[in-house]
Amino acid sequence: MGMTLTEKILANHSGRDRVSPGDNVWVDVDVLMTHDVCGPPAIGIFKHQFGEDARVWDKEKLVIIPDHYIFTTDKYANRNVDILRAFAADQDLPYFYDVGTDSYKGVCHVALPEEGFTRPGEVLFGTDSHTCTAGAFGQFATGIGNTDAAFIMGTGKLWVKVPETMRFVFEGKKLPPYLMAKDIILQIIGDIGTDGATYRAMEFAGPGIKAFTMEDRMTLTNMAIEAGGKNGVVEPDEITEEYVRSRTNHPYTKVYSDPDAKYYSEHYYNIEEMVPMVAKPHSPDNKATVEEVEGTWLNRAYIGSCTGGKLSDFKAAAEILHGNKVKLDTYIVPATTEIARGLETETHFGIPLIEIFREAGCSIGNASCAACLGGPADTFGRLNSDEVCISSTNRNYPGRMGSKQAQVYLASPYSVAASAVTGVITDPRVFIQETVI
Amino acid sequence: MTQAKKPIKGKAFVLGKNIDTDQIIPAAHLVYSLEDPEERKFYGKYALSGVPAAESGLPKGNIPLTREGMTESEFAIIVASDNFGCGSSREHAPAALEIAGIKAIISPSYARIFYRNSVDGGFLIPFESVEDLSSRINTGDELEIDQENHLLKNLSQNTEYPIKPLGSVADIVHAGGIFEYARQNGMVPKRKPVTE
Ligand code: SF4
Repeated sequence: MGMTLTEKILANHSGRDRVSPGDNVWVDVDVLMTHDVCGPPAIGIFKHQFGEDARVWDKEKLVIIPDHYIFTTDKYANRNVDILRAFAADQDLPYFYDVGTDSYKGVCHVALPEEGFTRPGEVLFGTDSHTCTAGAFGQFATGIGNTDAAFIMGTGKLWVKVPETMRFVFEGKKLPPYLMAKDIILQIIGDIGTDGATYRAMEFAGPGIKAFTMEDRMTLTNMAIEAGGKNGVVEPDEITEEYVRSRTNHPYTKVYSDPDAKYYSEHYYNIEEMVPMVAKPHSPDNKATVEEVEGTWLNRAYIGSCTGGKLSDFKAAAEILHGNKVKLDTYIVPATTEIARGLETETHFGIPLIEIFREAGCSIGNASCAACLGGPADTFGRLNSDEVCISSTNRNYPGRMGSKQAQVYLASPYSVAASAVTGVITDPRVFIQETVI
Repeated sequence: MTQAKKPIKGKAFVLGKNIDTDQIIPAAHLVYSLEDPEERKFYGKYALSGVPAAESGLPKGNIPLTREGMTESEFAIIVASDNFGCGSSREHAPAALEIAGIKAIISPSYARIFYRNSVDGGFLIPFESVEDLSSRINTGDELEIDQENHLLKNLSQNTEYPIKPLGSVADIVHAGGIFEYARQNGMVPKRKPVTE
C-alpha cells in the first residue's frame, strides 16, 4: 500500500522505508524556526539542559525571526528581543533577522518562504502554531513548544507521531473573482470544526489546486491549525518550484502522495460554486456566509497577519478601496518588510497600493504580528474595549485581538475591505461586480 | 515535574469546551521570564485569566483560578470539555497552569500542541476521560486520580469515572519530560551538575 506525502516525508527523515499512521518516529530536522515570544524560553531550556556553553546542532538550520511584539515600549517584550540578539551573536547564527536593522523581516511564516527556508520534501518545525503554513510548499511543517525546540537545538531531532491524512479535493478550474482562499478554508473549518483535524494532516489536492497561487496555498495551510490539524500540505508542482527557485538554490527532493495512499477521509469542494464566508465570534468554526450576516454593525476593520497580510491580500483590498473612503477605523499591517515595500511599488490603475489605502483613510502599520494576537496595550490596531471588528486574521477566540469584550469576524480581505467602505458587514460581490461592469 | 504513578489529589476547577491558549494565558502576559523566580509567578497569577468570567469555574462561574492578589491557586485538577488547549503553540500555557499549581487535566480531547507541550515539558499530566465530565463535576469538588486503575474519583460526590491509559506517551510522562526520557535512553548525554 502506498503512503501519503506526509507519511513519505516522515519515513525519509526517520531512516525508514515506510511509516504508518500512529507510529512514533524520531525525525531529522531540516529547519527550526523560532521568534521573540518563544525563542527566549527555548534558549533558556537549551542552556539549562545542554550547558551554558553548548552549541546549537547546526547553525545553518536555525532561523530566528522576531515578529510578535516589536513596535512597543513594553520593557519585557524588548528584553526578549535582546535575549535573541545575544544568543545569535554568541552562537554566530547567520539567519537572525534583527529588529531595527535592514534585515528585519516581520511575520515569520511569510518571512520563511521569502528567505528560501520552505522547500519541498523537508521537515520544518517552529515554535509557533502557524508553522503549518510552510506545508504549502510540499513539506512537513508543524508547530511545537519551547521544550521541543530546545531539544532540537541540542540534538537536531524530534519525535513525531505519524498522523493520518484527511484529503480535501478541489474541483473546478478557477476561483470566482470575488472568492479568496480564505473563504475556502473558513468553509472547511466550519464544516469539520476546530477539532475536526486534531492529530491529522490536511492535504489540499485535486485539479482545482492549480488555481491557487503560492500565497493562496499558504492561506489554506496556515489555517490547518484552526481545524486542530498537525500539518497542512499541498503537493509541489511548477507553481511551487517557480516560487522556491526564485528564492533559494538550496537542493531539495520533491515528494508526492502515492495514488494508492490511504486517507482517513476525503472531502470534495467545487471552488467555482463556493461563496464568501465569515467566522462569527468567538470561534474560527462559527461559520456563516457573508450574505447571512450582511448588515452587521462594525466599528473596526483589520487587514494583516500571516493569513491575510500578504501582497495578494492587499491587492485584493485595494481593488475595493480604490476611489472609496472607509467608514470604519481600518488598519493595514503588511506581514513583512518586503510586502511593505510592495505596497509602494505595486499599483492598481497606476496608483501605488499604499496611496489607495491612504486616500481611503486607512491607518498603515509596520510589518509585524501587531494586533493579530492583541499583545501589549500599545500595540497598533489592538482591540482595547468592546470593538466589533472584521479581520483578515486567523483567530477570533475571546480576547485574541486584545480585549475579552471585543467581537471579531474573520473574513477574506475582499470582505473586510467591502465592509470597511460601507461600515457594516458587506458581501464583496457588491463591489466586484461593479468593477467588472 | 510530574510524579510517576502516584495518586493525584486536589480540588476540581471546571471549564467548558475550546479553552484556547489565549484564555489560558492572554498574549499580553507572554513577556515575563519563565526562568526568573519572581517574574515567573505572574504566570500563576494570570493563568486562565482570559476565560470569560461567567464560564470560569463551572457550574456557577465567576470563580477565578487564582484568587485576587495570589500567585497560586487553591485548585489542582482542571476538568474541561472538548478540545482543551487549542490555539497557539505557546508552552507558556501548560507552564502557567503548572505555576498556578495545577497537577493534571481531565478532558475528553486536547489540541495536539498543548498535549505535546504538557507531556514533553513535564508540566502536568493531560488525562483523557472517556466521557465529557465537565457537567458532572463541580468546581471545588475533591478529586483523586488513581493512575494505577485509570479512575477519576470524585470524593465529594462519591462517584468514579474511567480515564484512558496514557498510551504511547506514558514513558515520557513517567520520566518527567522529553529530556529525562532521552537521557534514560542515551539520546542526550547525562546532565553535568548544574551550578547556579
Ligand atoms: S500574524 Fe498572527 S497568527 Fe501569524 S504568527 Fe503573528 S500572531 Fe501568529
